[in-house]
Amino acid sequence: MIVPQLPIGSVVESAVYWISDTFGFALDAFSALFGFIIDIFKDVLMAVPPLLFVVIIAAIAYLVGRKDWKLALGTALGFIVILSMDLWEYSMETIALVISSAALALIIGIPLGILAAKSETLYRILRPILDLMQTMPSFVYLIPAVIFFGLGNVPGMIATVVFSMPPAIRLTTLGITQVPTELVEVADAFGSTSWQKLIKVEIPVALKTIMAGVNQCIMLALSMVVIASMIGARGLGYQVLIGIQRVDIGVGFEAGLGIVIIAIVLDRLTQHLTPK
Amino acid sequence: MLNNLLKNKGVIFISEERTKKIVVNNLTKIFGKKPKKALSYIEEGLSKDEIFNKTGQTVGLYDVSFEVYEGEIFVLMGLSGSGKSTLLRCLNRLIEPTSGSIQVGEEDITKASSERLRLIREKQISMVFQNFALLPHRTIIDNVAYGLEIQDLPKDERHQKAEVAIETVGLKGHEFSKPSQLSGGMQQRVGLARALATDPEILLMDEAFSALDPLIRSEMQDELLELEEKMQKTIVFVSHDLDEALKLGDRIALMKDGEIAQIGTAEEILTNPANDYVSKFVAGVDKTKILTAENIMKRPDPVVSFKSGLQVALKLMEKHGISSIYVVDKAKRLQGFLKADDAVRAQKAGKTMEDVIIKEFPKTTMDTPLQDLISIRAETDQPIAIVNENDKLVGVVVRGSILAALKTTEEDDEEQVEEVTQ
Repeated sequence: MIVPQLPIGSVVESAVYWISDTFGFALDAFSALFGFIIDIFKDVLMAVPPLLFVVIIAAIAYLVGRKDWKLALGTALGFIVILSMDLWEYSMETIALVISSAALALIIGIPLGILAAKSETLYRILRPILDLMQTMPSFVYLIPAVIFFGLGNVPGMIATVVFSMPPAIRLTTLGITQVPTELVEVADAFGSTSWQKLIKVEIPVALKTIMAGVNQCIMLALSMVVIASMIGARGLGYQVLIGIQRVDIGVGFEAGLGIVIIAIVLDRLTQHLTPK
Repeated sequence: MLNNLLKNKGVIFISEERTKKIVVNNLTKIFGKKPKKALSYIEEGLSKDEIFNKTGQTVGLYDVSFEVYEGEIFVLMGLSGSGKSTLLRCLNRLIEPTSGSIQVGEEDITKASSERLRLIREKQISMVFQNFALLPHRTIIDNVAYGLEIQDLPKDERHQKAEVAIETVGLKGHEFSKPSQLSGGMQQRVGLARALATDPEILLMDEAFSALDPLIRSEMQDELLELEEKMQKTIVFVSHDLDEALKLGDRIALMKDGEIAQIGTAEEILTNPANDYVSKFVAGVDKTKILTAENIMKRPDPVVSFKSGLQVALKLMEKHGISSIYVVDKAKRLQGFLKADDAVRAQKAGKTMEDVIIKEFPKTTMDTPLQDLISIRAETDQPIAIVNENDKLVGVVVRGSILAALKTTEEDDEEQVEEVTQ
């Protein structure tokens, strides 16, 4: 039996090239803008002397962790290890990429999640797209990213945003739809406007779930930023790539350890942001 | 038989002209996407099941009409699924009615724009919820101030008003606790305070005390009645608990399958059930708690006043074949109780009526429940005098009337048991 071959691959390919050709100028503008944002984050992080940075992040951990000195100490130790491995600049580059990508993913994802919670239609449209975004192997995003934005940090950031956004959308939608009916009725019964209802009732009640989405988003962003080194994103991921290319176990392991430390710190910090 | 008792009680009700606060006319609610079709089937007289099978639409309320007077507690009672909560939510349009009108004051709120409706909810109608529905992330005072915050009042002012409401419900000192730190009863006080803080004209209470354990529930009911005495809000209270309805309701609407089976005072519903459903519903009620002296007392005939003198008193007793008589003063205030023997002795000794009347005798008010009358009666042989708030004699309860009332309540119960077992 012969099944006719569907030209899915070539259709997507020509669509991608068409977008690239038609909106080239816009893509260039985006590229410049995102590159600028990443550089700002990186410059700020790099401008702080490493030891002062260690103190600041330990202080943040102490405050965020509700005076948990163990969290503060662990955070400080982790960054001192990174410093001692001479991976400081790469780490800051990775953190800058993670923060800018995750921020963009959240700025788009959370409002979209809220809208999807309010509109059944939007939710139905979004759901298959989110499924696709989450199950598509992450490497695949790299290809159109390169075509649209060339090599470097910006395509890495864009691929990261796409990859890390779905949990932010999903968990926001989940959180808002799970707000107990009676509480929504309270908001309505006292004459709240839709905005007051959202700000004063729905978001605060759903905050725990939304923050779980934020945490997921940041963790996924970190993993994708590492993979994005394949298309020229800088940072620790690039060091891992060098380790692979040169079969240099030492370089690869050190960079890998750096990523683990950043991952743990980001995870603990964002988990503690969740209200109890 | 109880009806006869009620008819014979010989008390004239003083009817006051009361303001209607809420007037609901022909309210119908159909759940589903094709309400018009279901509506036309209802008009053709199809049953709710038939309509559901044909259209997939559920008839939540059908042709409900009632009035709530200003300052009364109106209880919507019924089993779950009877439409009482739906009806309550139609009153502030948390549920949009399909047809009919709801007049609140001068305004038909079914025709109000969404902005106007929002203002009505802000200022005029507030609501207390079954499971308290407090915002878990807010302190008590900020929960209570929620409605005021929606009105964009500055923080100082809304906290000040919230503080007053918190004191009213007796929660002073808990302002800065979180809801999870309070017991169920206290949480519902917060719910009540939140509803009172905006000083609305109408309170909607949805099974407000159903989630509380019995002791706390009864305590809250008492407090609600006390508050109502002071504030005179118009309250629509939803309950599935008949005892609660009888205790709280100035009037009760008993609902069944989205329609009102009967509206009336507790006594009216108990003594004159409109149909089998209502009588079965009220079958289990202990009527000795509901029937009062007012329902079973007899006319206090005859009475004698001081100025009539002993001679007249004796004559009256002889004429009516009784051995004692109540004595009243000029303003018909009850003064005492005169026995025939004493009257004769006094006459011989040349004493006046004042000297020989008995001042120690059972006396109580019209709203004393039958069960209390029984215990009063157990302590004395004399009939119980029933007086109104001015101490004027309005009736008398003799042993016979108590027995008759008890007998009828028992008979009613038996009849109902038979009906149910059949």
